[in-house]
Amino acid sequence: MEIVLAVVIGVLYATGIYMMLRRSLVKLIIGLGLLSNGANLLIFTVGRLTRGRPPLVPDGATSPVAPFADPLPQALILTAIVISFGVLAFSVVLFHRAYQTVGTDDLDQMKATDT
Amino acid sequence: MRHAVELPILIPIATAIASLLVWRWRGLQRWISVIGTAALLLAGLMLLASVWQDGIRAVQIGSWPAPFGITLVADLFSSIMVVLTGLTGLATAVYSLSSIDRERERFGYYPLLQILLMGVCGAFLTGDIFNLFVWFEVMLIASFVLLALGGERAQIEGAIKYVTINLVSSALFLSAVGLLYGLAGTLNMADLAVKLRDVPHPGLITTVAMLFFVSFGIKAAVFPLFFWLPASYHTPPVAVSAVFAGLLTKVGVYALLRVFTLIFTQDVGYTHRLILIVAGLTMITGVLGAVIQNEFRRILSFHIISQIGYMIMGLGLFTPLALAGSIFYIMHHIIVKANLFLVSGVVHRLRGTYELKKLGGLYQTAPSLGILFLVPALSLAGMPPLSGFWAKLTLVQAGLAVESYVIVAAALTAGLLTLFSMTKIWAEVFWKPAPETQESENSEPVTRTGGPILFLVAPIVVLALVTLIIGILPAPFFELAMRASEQLLNPEHYIRAVLNTQ
Repeated sequence: MEIVLAVVIGVLYATGIYMMLRRSLVKLIIGLGLLSNGANLLIFTVGRLTRGRPPLVPDGATSPVAPFADPLPQALILTAIVISFGVLAFSVVLFHRAYQTVGTDDLDQMKATDT
Repeated sequence: MRHAVELPILIPIATAIASLLVWRWRGLQRWISVIGTAALLLAGLMLLASVWQDGIRAVQIGSWPAPFGITLVADLFSSIMVVLTGLTGLATAVYSLSSIDRERERFGYYPLLQILLMGVCGAFLTGDIFNLFVWFEVMLIASFVLLALGGERAQIEGAIKYVTINLVSSALFLSAVGLLYGLAGTLNMADLAVKLRDVPHPGLITTVAMLFFVSFGIKAAVFPLFFWLPASYHTPPVAVSAVFAGLLTKVGVYALLRVFTLIFTQDVGYTHRLILIVAGLTMITGVLGAVIQNEFRRILSFHIISQIGYMIMGLGLFTPLALAGSIFYIMHHIIVKANLFLVSGVVHRLRGTYELKKLGGLYQTAPSLGILFLVPALSLAGMPPLSGFWAKLTLVQAGLAVESYVIVAAALTAGLLTLFSMTKIWAEVFWKPAPETQESENSEPVTRTGGPILFLVAPIVVLALVTLIIGILPAPFFELAMRASEQLLNPEHYIRAVLNTQ
C-alpha cells in the first residue's frame, strides 16, 4: 500500500509542478492544488499506514497496544487542508482579479513588474 | 510578568479585533493600531528584559507537557526579533496615519497589518515546527492581502508571483515537516534536537534539512530563489513595502538560523558549507542587480537580497562570533531597511515619482530629508560610525578568524557596491539639479491623501536615531548579540527550558 501511495504522491508532485510551469493562470491554480494535496498525502503516508487499529486505550491499560494508527498526522493534514483551502480560495479570487485587470490569463503577459 | 511570552501574540490579535469592531470609524482604527503596536513594542522590551535576566523562558500552551503540546519559547534571539517587530510595526503604523489612502483603509488595512505582526511574532516565538508552518501561513495570508489591496495592475502582477512562490515554499515546508515526523516521531523542536542526534541514517536527515533550506530560502530570498522579491516588493504602498522589507524575509532568516543551529547540526561540513556558498552568491547577485536599477524602491529591493547574504553568512561560518555578527546584522538591517523605504515614500510624496531620472534637486528644497536619507543609506553600506559598520566588521572578523577569505572578499565587494548604489540614489535624487521636463504629464499623479507630513517624518527620525545609537554605542548591542549567539550554539539550555518546565 505504501508503494502505491508513494507513486501517487510522486505523480501529484510531478503533475502539480508541470501545471505550474504552463502559461495559463487556471493551470497555475490547478497545479497549486495538486501540489498541496501531494504534500498532505505525503504526511499521511509517512505517518505509517495502519488499518483497523484505532489508537484507543483498552480497559485497564494506561497506553494503547503497540501497532495502532497514529492520529497526529491526520490532525496535521486536517490543519493543512483547512489552510490550503483558504489560501487557494484567496488565490482564485486574486487570479480572477488579475484576469480582469490585465485582460489575459497568459502569465507571459504579466511581466510589467519584472526587471 | 507571568505572561510575557504570550503577550506579543495576544496584543496584535486583540488590536486587530478591536479595530474590526470599529470598522466604520476609521479615525479610531488608526489610533488603535498605533496604540496596539506601541504596546507590542513595550511587551517585546519586557520579554527581552526578562529573558536577559532569567534565561530562556518556555510556556506550554494549554498546560500539555512538553513534547505533546505546543510550546512557546523565548530565548534572546527570538526576543530581539520581537522587539524589532514592535519597532518596525510602530514606525509603520505611525507612517500609515498619513500615507494610506481611504480606499485601502476602508478595506481593512489596519486589522490586516496587525494580523501580519501577529504571524511574525508567532513565528519568532513558537517552539514547534508544525506550529511554525501555521504561523507562516497566518503571516502569508495577511501579506497576500496587504500586497494586493488596492488592485493596481502592478500590485496584482506582483502579488501573483509572490503568492505562487510562497505557496510552493509552503508545500515544500509541509513535505519536510511530514518527513521529519516520519523520521523522529515528534514535532517539538527541542525534542527533535534530542531525537535526531543519534539516528541511524544521517543522510536522510541531511536530505530533509535541504528541503527546509529550500523552503526557508525562498522566504528569505536567497540565491537563486529570490526573483519574486524585486518583482513584488516595490508595488504596494510604501508603508506596506517597509514592513515587508523589514520583517518578512527576516522571518525566513530567523527560521534558517533556528533550525540549522538547533536541529540540523549532524553534518555541519556539508550543510553549513552550502549555506556559506549560497550566502556569498546572494550578496553578489543581489548587489549587482541593484547596480543596474533606476527606480528608488527597486534598488532597495535588490539590496534586501544582498543583505540577506550577510545574515546567513554568519550561519554558514558557524562560530559564536559569526552568529553574533548575523544577529547584529539583522538588528541593524531591519531598522535601516524599513527606514530607507519610508524615506522613499517621503520623496514620492514630494515629487510624485520613484524614477531616479525624473527626480533631482531635493537637497535644495528639503535638505533635512537628505540628511535623514544619508544616515540609513551610509549605515547600509557600512560606513563608520553607523550601525552597519559594526555589523559588517564583526562578520568580516569572524570570516578572517576561520580563514574563509573568499566569503570575506565577497562581503567587502558587496559592501563597496552597496556604497556605489547608495551614492547613486543620493546623487540622482538629492544632488543633481531637478530635471526641466514637464513631470506632471508622464509621472503618475501625486497621491495627496491629506495627512500631515509630520507622521511621515517622525518615524524616519526615530529610526535614524536608533541607527545612530547602535552605531555610537555598539557595545551593549554587541553584548546582546553575543549572548544570543551563545544560546543558539549551546542548544542544551533551550532543550532543558522546553522539556523540563511544568
